[in-house]
Amino acid sequence: MTQFLQQIINGLSLGSIYALIALGYTMVYGILKLINFAHGEVFMVGAYTGFYAAGALGVAGFEAKSQGFPLYLALLVLIIAMAAAALLGMTIEFLAYRPVRSAPRLTPLITAIGVSLFLQNAGMLLFSPNPQRYPAILSEVRFEVFGVIVTNIKLTIFAVALCLMLGLHLFVQRTWTGRAMRALSFNIDAARLMGIDTNRVIRATFAIGSALAAAGGILFGLDQITINPLMGMLTGLKAFVAAVLGGIGSIPGAVIGGLLIGLAEQLTAGYLSPEYRDAITFVILILILLLKPEGLLGVLRVEKV
Amino acid sequence: MRAAIRLAIAAAVLLAIYGLMLGVEAGFTEYVQRIILLAGINVILAVGLNLINGTTGQFSIGHAGFMAVGAYGAAFVGVKLAGPVHGLLGPGAFADALVFNLALLAGALFAGVTGLIVGMPSLRLRGDYLAVVTLGFGEIIRILFNNASFLGSATGYFGDDPSGLPAYTNFFWVFAWVTLIVALIHNLTFSQTGRSLTAIREDEIAAEAMATPSTRLKVTAFAISAATAGIAGGLFAHMQAGVRPEDFRFEKSIDMIVMIIVGGLGSISGAILGGIFVAVSLELMRDLQQYRLVLYALLLILIMIVRPEGLLGTRELHHFLRRKKSATTPAPPTGRA
Amino acid sequence: MRILRRTLISGLCATALASAISCKKSPADSTGSAAEAGEIVVGHYASMTGSTAHFGQDTDRGVRLAIEEANAQGGVLGKKLKLVTLDTRGDSAEAANAVNRLIDVEKVSAVLGEVASSLSLAGGRVAQRRKIPMISPTSTNPKVTEVGDYIFRVCFIDPFQGKVMAIFARNNLKFDKVAILKDVKNDYSIGLADAFQKAFSAAGGTIVVEQSYSQGDTDFSAQVTAIRGTAAQAVFVPGYYSEVGTIARTADRLGLKVPLLGGDGWDSPDLFKIGGDAINGSYFSDHFAPDVASAKSQAFVANFSKKYGQAPTGLGALGYEAALVLIDAIKRAGKNDPSAIRDAIAATKDFEGVTGKITIDAQRNPQKSAVVLKVEAGKAKFETSIAP
Repeated sequence: MTQFLQQIINGLSLGSIYALIALGYTMVYGILKLINFAHGEVFMVGAYTGFYAAGALGVAGFEAKSQGFPLYLALLVLIIAMAAAALLGMTIEFLAYRPVRSAPRLTPLITAIGVSLFLQNAGMLLFSPNPQRYPAILSEVRFEVFGVIVTNIKLTIFAVALCLMLGLHLFVQRTWTGRAMRALSFNIDAARLMGIDTNRVIRATFAIGSALAAAGGILFGLDQITINPLMGMLTGLKAFVAAVLGGIGSIPGAVIGGLLIGLAEQLTAGYLSPEYRDAITFVILILILLLKPEGLLGVLRVEKV
Repeated sequence: MRAAIRLAIAAAVLLAIYGLMLGVEAGFTEYVQRIILLAGINVILAVGLNLINGTTGQFSIGHAGFMAVGAYGAAFVGVKLAGPVHGLLGPGAFADALVFNLALLAGALFAGVTGLIVGMPSLRLRGDYLAVVTLGFGEIIRILFNNASFLGSATGYFGDDPSGLPAYTNFFWVFAWVTLIVALIHNLTFSQTGRSLTAIREDEIAAEAMATPSTRLKVTAFAISAATAGIAGGLFAHMQAGVRPEDFRFEKSIDMIVMIIVGGLGSISGAILGGIFVAVSLELMRDLQQYRLVLYALLLILIMIVRPEGLLGTRELHHFLRRKKSATTPAPPTGRA
Repeated sequence: MRILRRTLISGLCATALASAISCKKSPADSTGSAAEAGEIVVGHYASMTGSTAHFGQDTDRGVRLAIEEANAQGGVLGKKLKLVTLDTRGDSAEAANAVNRLIDVEKVSAVLGEVASSLSLAGGRVAQRRKIPMISPTSTNPKVTEVGDYIFRVCFIDPFQGKVMAIFARNNLKFDKVAILKDVKNDYSIGLADAFQKAFSAAGGTIVVEQSYSQGDTDFSAQVTAIRGTAAQAVFVPGYYSEVGTIARTADRLGLKVPLLGGDGWDSPDLFKIGGDAINGSYFSDHFAPDVASAKSQAFVANFSKKYGQAPTGLGALGYEAALVLIDAIKRAGKNDPSAIRDAIAATKDFEGVTGKITIDAQRNPQKSAVVLKVEAGKAKFETSIAP
């Protein structure tokens, strides 16, 4: 029983990270109908920015003295990483996706794959291919509850993810830009006809999605201990599946999808075999697309001819 | 009479290939010869993939999985058949050729069946969703091979001999199969069925309104495309010491996509050019050391932004020679959902 | 107008790319065309890019250091050595291509490589057929040297190293129940796990559970949780340092407090960096112990650290070793002839390298002892030595 609970806790924390990344996918797809393959790499860059920012702010010194990294500095690291990722996301949108926005769907898809490959290999060159240990931006404290071990890092992941998702929800529902984003995802041409500056809104979408992914990246590093330049590929793909599972274009859907994928992965690894942990995500993808392609929370759009 | 003429042409072509082989083996180093063989295998991959991605407009990005099935299938069958066939016919080139081609056909069969299994559920989806599902299937196939202990798991399948799989693949067989497959697919593309496939690409709903059995045709095209990837896989397996799951990662599927994009999505001659391009360009870029892959990715992005229809668009080389306006539109296929 | 602009841009890009390709090579690594008469060319094929790039780069650093040191002492047979390293991208087709290119274009007399056994099998077949001697620094699968009489290695083979840890766990640590956590994407790990399991069971122990992961995974909580529920007294983790460090931390975090056992894949300064305190109290087998190392080994570690700014990993040490064995063989062969070099490698006896005394046996594998190291306070310390 404790093993089961442990797997659940682990699955939920991993799932929260997937949810953060999935939000970016779902928002971009909702508006542009584009699978932003490079989003996984933005997640990776966010993690590495946190790594280098923490280093620059002297985390090594605190570790050597076994002192905790001050909370205000940890928040600073988070903000720097989120800002850097937002910048990267907007740059990618401007340089790579905007020129092909009016092209038939295959072209942006391949462009996205190209950007993803570019960032992966550039990351290998810039960040060195060796896995790096993530600095202790948060020092680890363990609790044991009914035989299940929970660390404060896992609790932080839940807390940060929850805050960010609530913040996004409020943003999308209450602010002007949020409303514009919803309008664009309904019908981008009508929105433009209504006088909305679509370029600005799309830029904002990319920026927000990338910032969330960066937060996910830092949390991932804290939880998984090591990062490497190729970490974005598979994690990004799983997050995309999470977005599809929840209903692409639906923000609550992305959250639920992320948690479900995280749970499925952990339970498969624990009870079936770790070798199939990646395969289960793809199996879920195939099943959902065959049985309920609009996702759990999505709405079936009927195409009239 | 026509059958006899066709046979004569086929024999002449085969003889020509054989003659070319002697020339190539005499004139070039082994290093260059291998690149030529890889280019030929790439051509088969590209032309096959072009049938489903280009002509039919259904985007599949997991084809490396079918190549893997063909490679493993051909390797396994080849190793198991070698004993009985050599027992019957004795050692020698003829027996080898028989085993090899039977193995290739077996690999193609396995790959084609896998294509059917993957295609039937997937081809109900459109556009991006189809792409991601095929990606998923490609990965699942690779993970299955990674866990198949009777096929060597992660180390790979090297047959029963310590020196690995028998090296059946040579210039003659690669280019004989290239000629056969290109001819088959060319005839298919420019036949009534091919026109139906193009109709599906241009506007599937209109095609269905015209009584085109679109799902059945899509699945058939998908299976054929998978089978050709299987042939390429079998040829590839027998020029290596063995086959490993790592050789058929997502990157391999991307390579195949680059081949048909560079040449022009929907053009067979474009696919041929693209296949050769991919085989040769990475080798040429060796001097760029670790910047090689970064530049390759940049190249892909640049092509999509500057000239997404690739070198030839949907036109064929012989359209230029004829100097007539071709009937096909130069626009790349629409992948509407 | 648009068509004109697009054609211009594509033309410019094509020209830029073409000039980049035909441009002369970067001066950092001396690749080049055929060797001049006064040089002996040695090739190294390794995965310098791709998901296993850090292993290939580690090994290459060791090889490069050995070649440079030899050249600083006047070269071999009065000639300078030239090293050409080609990237395999971790792909077996590329491995065969690389070996072919080394032989045809760079005109090497011998080849070093590869790190991964499956890639060594791919490249080895080419080397054997073209009759160019090949020494693999780190491929541990027994099949590699079975390809032919031109293929050698300087590392342990899996059956031996797995047995070493099994004997140690049974006889020295007196364990009855051990769990195995192996990397199924890595034939090195699978081979070691198999050998360990056979030897440990033969010596009367029981393997309570076998769990697995894939190289590149970062989340091991599922496997550790599963092992925590068994009565295992230790866990055999025959993987690479990148994952082992994280596994140790995960085990510590989730309350799995038993020692870990491993092989020479652990050998890297990153193991301590990533594993931190969690890795203390674990053991692994290796080629040499840094604290009781010979003068030659210590000089190697010092020179490597000075040149590259980081301590060598086990892979770097083996790369250095392979290059040293090759250089020594060329000296003994007396001439720059591949088949003479091959014979000289086969005749290597009691060669004093940095990883112990090496004698190449009839199966073209090295006969050398393994040491078992214990991790204490962030360093590896000598525990015991086990002979073949």
